[in-house]
Amino acid sequence: MNEALLRSLTPSVLAILVRRGADFAAAEDAVQEALVEAVRVWPADPPRDPKGWLVTVAWRKFLDQARSDAARRRREDLVDEEPLPGPTPSVDDTLQLYFLCAHPSLTPSSAVALTLRAVGGLTTRQIAQAYLVPEATMAQRISRAKRTVAGVRLDQPGDVATVLRVLYLVFNEGYSGDVDLAAEAIRLTRQLAAQVDHPEVAGLLALMLLHHARRPARTAPDGSLVPLAEQDRGRWDTKAIAEGIAILQTALARDRLGEFQAQAAIAALHADAPTAEETDWVQIVEWYDELTRLTDSPVVRLNRAVAVGEADGPRAGLAALAELDDSSPSSSSRRHPIPRHTAVAAYLHERDGDLATAARLYAEAAHQAPNLAERNHLTRQAARLNAHLTR
Amino acid sequence: MAKYLLLKHYRGAPAPVNDVPMAQWTPEEVSAHMQYMQDFAARLEKTGEFVDGQALAPEGAWVRYDGEGRPPVTDGPFAETKDLIAGWMVIDVDSYERAVELAGELSAAPGAGGEPIHEWLEVRPFLTAPPTITE
Repeated sequence: MNEALLRSLTPSVLAILVRRGADFAAAEDAVQEALVEAVRVWPADPPRDPKGWLVTVAWRKFLDQARSDAARRRREDLVDEEPLPGPTPSVDDTLQLYFLCAHPSLTPSSAVALTLRAVGGLTTRQIAQAYLVPEATMAQRISRAKRTVAGVRLDQPGDVATVLRVLYLVFNEGYSGDVDLAAEAIRLTRQLAAQVDHPEVAGLLALMLLHHARRPARTAPDGSLVPLAEQDRGRWDTKAIAEGIAILQTALARDRLGEFQAQAAIAALHADAPTAEETDWVQIVEWYDELTRLTDSPVVRLNRAVAVGEADGPRAGLAALAELDDSSPSSSSRRHPIPRHTAVAAYLHERDGDLATAARLYAEAAHQAPNLAERNHLTRQAARLNAHLTR
Repeated sequence: MAKYLLLKHYRGAPAPVNDVPMAQWTPEEVSAHMQYMQDFAARLEKTGEFVDGQALAPEGAWVRYDGEGRPPVTDGPFAETKDLIAGWMVIDVDSYERAVELAGELSAAPGAGGEPIHEWLEVRPFLTAPPTITE
């Protein structure tokens, strides 16, 4: 059975139920039940009109539930208004569902969970596995999220930026489990791009495709990280790169630059270079300058220092790093150091020939690393330099 | 079956036999160590004895309640904290002897020179639910 098809229909089926008068939480439950039913029934008996089948079954599940609910009388009115069976409307409110599931009243983790379930059609169990939490915890998170947005009307326009932040989170925090969250984020962003004409949606989709294209080369067979410069570029997915670049170029041509387009442009410049040495670092620095203007985040300025180090030499990179240190209040930067700051300093000192400082900083960076893969990678870097120094 | 926590310490455990900081190993020795840990966990998954394993960042903070309507007090991290947990593995095994056997294997992870570290691991039984039949 085509699970991709099944899940691509989820948001529009849900939207139809809501438009027929079901409240969002009950409709979402009903659609989940219909999906489970489809997984059971379709392999032996595939429907001719999958969407119509899902709408019919979900609506029946919704009515069953509504009938057995305490508020029976009010809900029974809905039965009288039940639309006649027939073709389902082709225009749907999928976009409104994206807005609802990324509503600003939701915490990021709730918005992510609700989006994956209501828009993505994943089961609670799959989402729980993906984020390494117990299923009961994820079920609670989702039902609380649904209660939070219960009063939000579906016909209000939302902010695309909030939706993009949620999709970015799904892509960037892809953990484990059966579900490939990065691929799921791409699917949902692609679906969103089909619904709304917005250069930043295109920018995010391009960014995801360009990063996803490098995934096969990013880890060694033993699970260790392979830095960009050392990746086997023959293993990059050229089809995804070509698509990402095409989408990005169309978006950039509209001259409404945003941070996702700028990030995608940087990713595209990396993807374009046949070897690490041929990377156009000067242009990458220019894009980081754009990004700094758009966001002024310390993470961007840290990455800019790396690019400056490549474009103008390690001394220039270290100077850019020093500027960054001067501009952030020392007490807060000590307590919440910018992730990877020490690793970047180590790298620039190594390229500058100061191996002893670099080795010390790599060990310190390993100590601060937020995940095991990075910690192991940085420990190996320190080990590599120390072996060199004692030889 | 009984659950045991295997605790690894950054600080606070007696010194291991092969006591060389990891940054002084060769990159290949670091990789070999990581591989050993992964293989160990994978093997326990296969035998049906693995429950959970997590690594912890080396630094955290102390936090305590500071009274009604006040934000919690935070303090630390303290460089002098004697006992610092690095990570854990939870196993579900048939006997205490099996738990000790597995902790011994984990402690044999290779370090500098490819030799076992002989690191001291703490083995702590979980407190369990009371049994149904007690007499």
